[in-house]
Amino acid sequence: MAITTTKSAFRKGLKDAAPFVLVIIPFSSLFGILATEAGLSVFETLAFSVVVIAGAAQFTALQLMQEHAPTAIVLASALAVNLRMAMYSASLTPYIGAAPLWQRALAAYMTVDQSYVCAMAQYEKEPQMTIPQRMAYFFGCVTPVVPMWYLFTLIGALLGAQIPQSWALDFALPITFLAMIAPMFRTPAHVIAAVVATGAGLLTAGVPYSMGLIIAGLAGMLAGARAELWLDRRAAKQSEGTA
Amino acid sequence: MIENIDRTTLWIVILGLGIGSFGLRFVFTGLVGDREMPEWLLRHLRYTAVAILPALVAPQVIWPAATNGQPDLPRISAAAAALAIGVMTKNVLLAIISGAITLYTLLWLLG
Repeated sequence: MAITTTKSAFRKGLKDAAPFVLVIIPFSSLFGILATEAGLSVFETLAFSVVVIAGAAQFTALQLMQEHAPTAIVLASALAVNLRMAMYSASLTPYIGAAPLWQRALAAYMTVDQSYVCAMAQYEKEPQMTIPQRMAYFFGCVTPVVPMWYLFTLIGALLGAQIPQSWALDFALPITFLAMIAPMFRTPAHVIAAVVATGAGLLTAGVPYSMGLIIAGLAGMLAGARAELWLDRRAAKQSEGTA
Repeated sequence: MIENIDRTTLWIVILGLGIGSFGLRFVFTGLVGDREMPEWLLRHLRYTAVAILPALVAPQVIWPAATNGQPDLPRISAAAAALAIGVMTKNVLLAIISGAITLYTLLWLLG
């Protein structure tokens, strides 16, 4: 279904991001549960999720505060975990950089793994989308994600009850991310980037403060860019040869 | 488990993390805006999603926290199924369902 209006772009974003609800509900409930167990009030727990909206960084900060780490270390570590958001911001810029400032600011506040991957997949698939359509699509993507993040942080904080581990909801996150990226492997360069990043991610998994993720991400991006150049040159050479 | 986290520290962390995270998310979309970015940079940025997300997921697939880091056949198979179906069909929902069915079937069989 091609996008023809901003309204249909919003609706498509909403529909495409709907499966992420399955990830957000257990993840945000768990934060609510752990934060209240750590002694935060319901209000403080909810404020944390509303102000920050970054699961992994919130868990990191909570963990370090419980260990009574110095405030500067808590902030630096949690921000390091969130460093990938700067890379998301850079890669969104060619697509939404021309949108009005307030829309870019609002989109920045709501840039999370889910909204980013959802929007990027669509922008790459339909490069002819207009800026308003792209923004509408982005806000469609965040609509099932961000309110659920708030709501289930609150429910987790209020209930404090554990989700049974036998439901294996921990694995909703890897499965949905893999499902989202699979259709993005459009060229051999994309595959090479993913393979290199995966290998590097496993090798650097022990590096503290999630810095391994940044190293692995950069390695994958370098590999993808190198592969693209090499494939372009080879294609150029081949067309010269046949001409 | 802590007896209490200092309230001032907590609010400094919440607000600092909020401002810092917003800064990271806004740094390029906000400050670069619609200015042209150099071709070499764009070439690298094209691979951000396909690099970062697999790197984020790979350790969770091989060493899941839920099994205390022990490699787990149902989880590895579920990830492989989601990826394979996603690549073959380009259908996200179908890939998620395939992964979930694989996970629960194997968890049940290997109980």
